[in-house]
Amino acid sequence: MTNWIEIGRVTDIPQRGARCVNTPAGKIAVFRTADNHIYAIENRCPHKGGPLAEGIVHGASVTCPLHNWVFDLASGEAQGADEGQVRTFPIDVVDGRIFMAPEVMMEAAE
Amino acid sequence: MQQKLVVIGAGMASGRVLEHLFEANPQAFDVTLFGSEQRGNYNRIMLSPVLAGEKTYEQIVTHDADWYAANGVVTRFGETITAIDRKAKVVLSRNGETPYDKLVIATGSAPFIIPVAGKELPGVMAFRDLDDVERMVAAAQKPDARAVVIGGGLLGLEAAAALRLRGMEVVVLHLMGHLMERQLDPAAGYLLQKELEGRGIRIHTKAQTKAILGNDRVEAVSLDDGTVYPADIVVMAVGIRPETRIATDAGLHVERGIVVSDQMITSDPDILAVGECVEHERTVYGLVAPLYDMAKVAAKTLVKEDAAFRPVKTATQLKVTGVSLYSAGDFAEAEDREEIVLRDASSGVYKRLVLKEDKIIGAVLYGETGDGPWFFDMLRRGTDTREMRDTLIFGQAYQGGAPLDPTAAVAALPDEAEICGCNGVCKGKITSTITGKGLTTLDGVRAHTKASASCGSCTHLVEQLMALTLGDSYNPAAVQPMCSCTDLGHDDVRRLIVAKELKSIPAVMQELEWKTSCGCAKCRPALNYYLVATWPGEYEDDGQSRFINERVHANIQKDGTYSVVPRMWGGMTNPKELRAIADVADKFAIPAIKVTGGQRIDLLGVKKEDLPGVWADLNSAGMVSGAAYAKGLRTVKTCVGSDWCRFGTQDSTGLGIRIEKFMWGSWTPAKVKMAVSGCPRNCAEATCKDVGVVCVDSGYEIHFAGAAGLDIKGTEVLCHAKTEDEALEIIVALTQLYREQARYLERIYKWAKRVGTASIKANIVDDLDKRRHYFERFTYSQKFAQVDPWEERVNGKDAHEFAAMAEFGLPVAAE
Repeated sequence: MTNWIEIGRVTDIPQRGARCVNTPAGKIAVFRTADNHIYAIENRCPHKGGPLAEGIVHGASVTCPLHNWVFDLASGEAQGADEGQVRTFPIDVVDGRIFMAPEVMMEAAE
Repeated sequence: MQQKLVVIGAGMASGRVLEHLFEANPQAFDVTLFGSEQRGNYNRIMLSPVLAGEKTYEQIVTHDADWYAANGVVTRFGETITAIDRKAKVVLSRNGETPYDKLVIATGSAPFIIPVAGKELPGVMAFRDLDDVERMVAAAQKPDARAVVIGGGLLGLEAAAALRLRGMEVVVLHLMGHLMERQLDPAAGYLLQKELEGRGIRIHTKAQTKAILGNDRVEAVSLDDGTVYPADIVVMAVGIRPETRIATDAGLHVERGIVVSDQMITSDPDILAVGECVEHERTVYGLVAPLYDMAKVAAKTLVKEDAAFRPVKTATQLKVTGVSLYSAGDFAEAEDREEIVLRDASSGVYKRLVLKEDKIIGAVLYGETGDGPWFFDMLRRGTDTREMRDTLIFGQAYQGGAPLDPTAAVAALPDEAEICGCNGVCKGKITSTITGKGLTTLDGVRAHTKASASCGSCTHLVEQLMALTLGDSYNPAAVQPMCSCTDLGHDDVRRLIVAKELKSIPAVMQELEWKTSCGCAKCRPALNYYLVATWPGEYEDDGQSRFINERVHANIQKDGTYSVVPRMWGGMTNPKELRAIADVADKFAIPAIKVTGGQRIDLLGVKKEDLPGVWADLNSAGMVSGAAYAKGLRTVKTCVGSDWCRFGTQDSTGLGIRIEKFMWGSWTPAKVKMAVSGCPRNCAEATCKDVGVVCVDSGYEIHFAGAAGLDIKGTEVLCHAKTEDEALEIIVALTQLYREQARYLERIYKWAKRVGTASIKANIVDDLDKRRHYFERFTYSQKFAQVDPWEERVNGKDAHEFAAMAEFGLPVAAE
C-alpha cells in the first residue's frame, strides 16, 4: 500500500456533520455519521453544484442544501426519484486518524 | 528432557493457554508463571460485580494454588519481569535470570491515563485489577463520598453503577455525545443514559476534562466548559492500550501491539504472545472471546499442532444489574444495508438489526436482550433471513408459525381488555362507541371515549380497532405523517413532546417509536424547533439538525457563497453603520450589495471562510445578525410616522424598533415578517405581513395572517389596541401562540386558516389572563434566545464550520 496521507482526526468533524478537504482536484467532503463512520465524497451535487458538505446528515445519507437531493454516502448514488452520482473516495481510519490516498487527491487535477 | 516454558502475565488469556496446554499434553513443558499482581489468575471481567458487592474475590478466581500445584506450575506472583534476553534465552526479574525454551508474553494492557494536570494526585485510579477495586471500596466507606468516573464506555459505566450501589455520589464524564458510542447507536445510548440517571448517576456528555484539582489529594475535576465536580476519587476508564514495553525493549516487532502470526508467534519463533497485548492483522482486541480463541491457538502451536487464529465477530453485554443491553457486529448505515427498528416506548425497548443481502450484520438490543444470542448466531453463520424477514425483529419465539398479523392480535383481545391505560378505556367501549356514534376518525374516537387522548402511546391500538370495526371505510391516512420516519403527524408529535416531557431528539425518537435510527432531513429540523420552542433554557440546540443557513447564520447562495444581512432596527441606519458596511465590502472584496425588501442591506457573495471576519467588523460597528436566514423574526418594516410625515398619526418607527428589539432572536415555525405603518395610507405595507400594525388616531390596529409570496393574501384584523404597550403585548402573545401551535414551516396565514381566527381571538383578545401567559412565556424564552450568533462565532464557536479540515496544494513537479 502506498503511504496514505492523514487528512485529520475523526473528532475534527462533528457527529452527523462534514468538513472539507481542499485539494487540487477540488473540494472533498468528509462525513462523520452518528455512529462515527467516515465517508468521503466529491463536494458537488450533480444537480446544480450544491456543496454537499453543508447538508443535513442522516443515517449514512446527506441531503443537499440547495434542492434536497439525497445521496448515499457509501455509494455516492442519488436516492429516491432523482438520478445522479457523486464520486466517492476510499478512506482509512486508524486510531481516530483519517487517511486518504494521495493519488486520489491529484488525479482529477488534470 | 522437559522443555522450559515461561509465561509472563497471569491474566485471563494466559490462564486459558495453560488449561489447553495441559489438556493437550500435560508432560510437554515445565512451566513457570510470572505475574506482577500478588495473586494468580482470576476472571478480570467479573471485577464489576466484585466492586458492586455482588460477588467476592474468591468467587471469581479461575485458578487457585491447588490447580497450579496439581499441574506442576511454578508460580512467581508479585515478581515483575524487567527484560528478556533473547540471545541467552532467559528472562530477568529481581531474583535474577530464569531460562526458557519457549516464552509466552501475556502482559495484557495498561489503562490509558489522560494527560491532564493533577493526574498523579492520590485518589486518581484506574479500574483494572483487584487493587483498584479495593481502593474504590475503601473510598466508598466514607459517608457522602463522591466519585467522578472519566469515560462513559463499558468499563466506566460498570464502575459508575457499582460505586453508586456502594452509596457514592457518582458523576460520569464522557467525551462523546452519547454513552458507549462504540457499541451503541444514539437511540440506545439515550435509553441507557435515562436508566442510569434514574439510579441517581449524573451523566455529563461532551465533557472535555481540563484538570484534576487538589493539593495533597484529589478534590475536584474541572471541565473545559467551566463545570467543576467535587470528587473524593477519580476513576479513569477512558480506554486501554497494549502493554508492550518488554517486547519493544527485546527488539520484537511491535506496532500498536506485539505483532503475531496466525499461530500467535511473534517475530521471534520461540516467543509467542496472546491477549490484549498483541496485534493481529492490524487489529488489537479487548473483549474476552477472541482472547480465548488466541489462547487455544497458542496452546496448539506450543505442542506443534496446526492451528490458526481467525478473528471472529464479538458481542458486547454491559454487566450492570438490571440493565439489559446487547450489541454485536457492525451497525453503521450504508446504501447496501437495510435496517429494521422496533421501539416500544411503554416498556423501554429498542431493537435494531442491520441487514446486508438478507443477512444480519449488526444488532443493537436494549431493554429486551433475550434474542441477542439468536441474532448473533445468525450473524456469525451468515443465515439467510429472507423467509422470516417480516417477523425477524420480534425474535425467535415468533418464527416457524404463521406470520403474525398485528390486527389479528388486537381482534383476539376480549372486550374488557384495557386499551388506554391513561383513561381506563377498554376495547368494548371503543368498538361500541365507534358503531353507536358512527365515528370514522381518530379525533372522533378521542373526543367520545378519551382513548389515546392523553399520552397517545396506545394510538396504534385504537387505530387497529377502528380498522377492525370499520373495515375498508376507515382511512387512517387522514393524518399526514411528519415524514416516512414516523406515522405521527406534526400535531401529535408536538402534543407528545409536552405530555411526555421529551427533551432531546433521541428521546422523541425512542418514546414516539421512530422507524429510523437517526431521522431524516425533514423530521430533524422540525423536532429541533419543537424542542427549542417547548423547553427554553433546558433543551440544548442541535446544530447538526439545522439547515445550513441556520447553522452558519448566513444565506447559502447558488454558488456556495453566502449573503450577509445585518439588522437595521425598524429599517433605520446611520453613517457609521453605512461606512462599516462599505468598508467590509471593500476589505473582503464582496462582489454585490443590494437593498432588500425588508429595509436593510444585503452583502452577497461572501466566502464561507470570510464570514467570521465580516461579522467581526460589523459587530464592532454595533451591528448584529439580521437573521435573514432564520425560521424566526426577520424584519419589522416601518414608515417614518409622526416623526416626519405630515399624515403620521403615531410613532410608527419607534414602535417598529421597539417590537424588533423585543422579539429579535426568537425562533418560530417559519419566517415571521412584520411591519408598522403610521397611517392608513400604509406605506410600510403592513397589510400583507405575517403581523402588521396600522396606526390610527385612536391607537393601533393589529393585523395578522397576510401573505405576499407563494400566495397573496391581505391580513385580517385581530383587534384594536389603545397604547403601544398593549399593542406590543398582543403581538408578542400572538407570536407565542403561533410558536406553540403551528407545524414546522407553516406560515402564520396557514396556521390561522387551520386553527381558525376565532380560536386565536379567544386566546389573545378575549381572555386577558391567557394573553398575559403567552406574553410571559415568550419573554422567558427570549432570555435564552437573544444572543447575537455572529458575536458567538467571532469568539470561536463552531470554528470547524469556517475552515477546511485540511489543505493540499499541487505537488512540486517531479521530474
